[in-house]
Amino acid sequence: MTQRFSRRRILTGLLSGVGVSMMAGCDRLTQSAGFGQVLRHTEKLTMGSQRLLLDRKTLAREYSASDLSPVFRANGTQSPDSEEYARLLEHGFADWRLQVDGLVNQPLSLSLDQLKRLPARSQITRHDCVEGWSAIGQWQGVPLGQILDLARLKPGARYVVFHCADELEVTFDGSGRYYESIDLMDAYHPQTILAYGMNGKALPVAHGAPLRLRVERQLGYKHAKYLMRIEVVSTFDSLWGGRGGYWEDRGYEWYAGI
Amino acid sequence: MDTPKLEHLPASHTPAGSRQSMLRHSGVVRMTHWVNVLCFSVLLMSGLQIFNAHPRLYWGQYGADADQAFIAIGSKQHGDRLIGFFQIGPLNIETTGVLGVSREGDAVTEKAFPAWLTIPSYHDLGAGRNWHFLFAWLLVINGFVYLAYGLWRGHILRDLLPNRDQLGWRHIWREVTDHARLRFAKGEHARRYNSLQKMSYLLVALVLLPLMVLTGLTMSPGLNAVFPFLPDLFGGRPSARTLHFLTAFSLVLFVVVHVLMVVLSGFWNNLRSMISGRYVIDHSGDAK
Repeated sequence: MTQRFSRRRILTGLLSGVGVSMMAGCDRLTQSAGFGQVLRHTEKLTMGSQRLLLDRKTLAREYSASDLSPVFRANGTQSPDSEEYARLLEHGFADWRLQVDGLVNQPLSLSLDQLKRLPARSQITRHDCVEGWSAIGQWQGVPLGQILDLARLKPGARYVVFHCADELEVTFDGSGRYYESIDLMDAYHPQTILAYGMNGKALPVAHGAPLRLRVERQLGYKHAKYLMRIEVVSTFDSLWGGRGGYWEDRGYEWYAGI
Repeated sequence: MDTPKLEHLPASHTPAGSRQSMLRHSGVVRMTHWVNVLCFSVLLMSGLQIFNAHPRLYWGQYGADADQAFIAIGSKQHGDRLIGFFQIGPLNIETTGVLGVSREGDAVTEKAFPAWLTIPSYHDLGAGRNWHFLFAWLLVINGFVYLAYGLWRGHILRDLLPNRDQLGWRHIWREVTDHARLRFAKGEHARRYNSLQKMSYLLVALVLLPLMVLTGLTMSPGLNAVFPFLPDLFGGRPSARTLHFLTAFSLVLFVVVHVLMVVLSGFWNNLRSMISGRYVIDHSGDAK
């Protein structure tokens, strides 16, 4: 009987101990390097299986004008807080240029007018934020693939990095500046566009004027706003945190397909 | 391993023949059960962390702050006091202390679900998502192992499908009243699950958990492109998110009742049977 009793006590103690230490343990695990490694492998597994299913050209659903969200929530930076941006905005982005450089044979510097003269694509799609909300909007812009073809990629090109005008976190080294990156498969997807129009009007400042990325098969934080420069790279190891994006450097997945 | 074995306990333990032990749960069922316990706990708590990033649920093709929420948890200033609330449809319930507004040490924080219910306990959506997807993979793999084994070795058909005699309304009603009076099966009757048990286990294994996985996958923009029928099936991505949440709470409800029944109907016997597989059947009431 005593033997049984002590077994029960041990088990009860064990169960409550597990409960109490679980919370602290999870927090500590979250910050440990080894567990971070496990989590990065999970991301690879998720990306690998989605890529198995996703064809190069599989399109995200396109909606009709009657499906548009009455109000499209603006998220992240609502208006970049720099003198340079204020000056550009003041002149209606007439002085703004999109730089395209890195592993390209023909670096480009494109004005908004030049971009608008290129063949455009218009699409009504659903924007899914990592936080959990969704909004449907209409976007008009240049397929990114066209720009990359104009710049002619060099061998070794693997990723397209988007450098933005907004600083989400004020830091001394500039690491708080927004940036994002996608691979060439997503870059050449037909719905991946550099949008200058939204819901039939010029792209509003709150949504990334004068130009933002749309990469429809991934979550909202990949859709970089306030584009200033496109850099083609073979690796993003040397950029800021080395994970390929502002939020990625802060623990979010680089592949945001889920 | 898959057929219950009977063996008499040592006679010194109890009057001879009145207690028998059987192998109630196979190794695979026991293992997948405990992996599920772990996965469900982590998925629930990391899920609440993710929910906290936008504690509003919608129905339809889109849903954000400007749109009508079907369920919302939030906080509002009332004089000099911060009030937490839970809103469902037209109903608004004050939940200060638990939902919307909770205490963290000495500070009062505005959080839908309190820190002690989330992984990590502090606000970190990225980390919450990492935990969620790691254990979602584990849950899915574990689920496939269970279903493959359960179908192949007959566990689902033999142990979980109610027998013909368990399906009459009269029988089911008697089980309901027996449960309400906390009278549990003894002797030969305890050899199989009762029909309420069978139906709730089937509901969890074949409906609720698969629904969790499907509504979860429906929130993926990548998989929406591959399987456009998924958002159609659930009435849009925001609806799938709402169903993901409601199904999760149906599972919480199941776990509460399940654990309560485990405790009330012979805690150590039940717990032992899910750890070592051995379940003791008491025949002392059989003579009546």
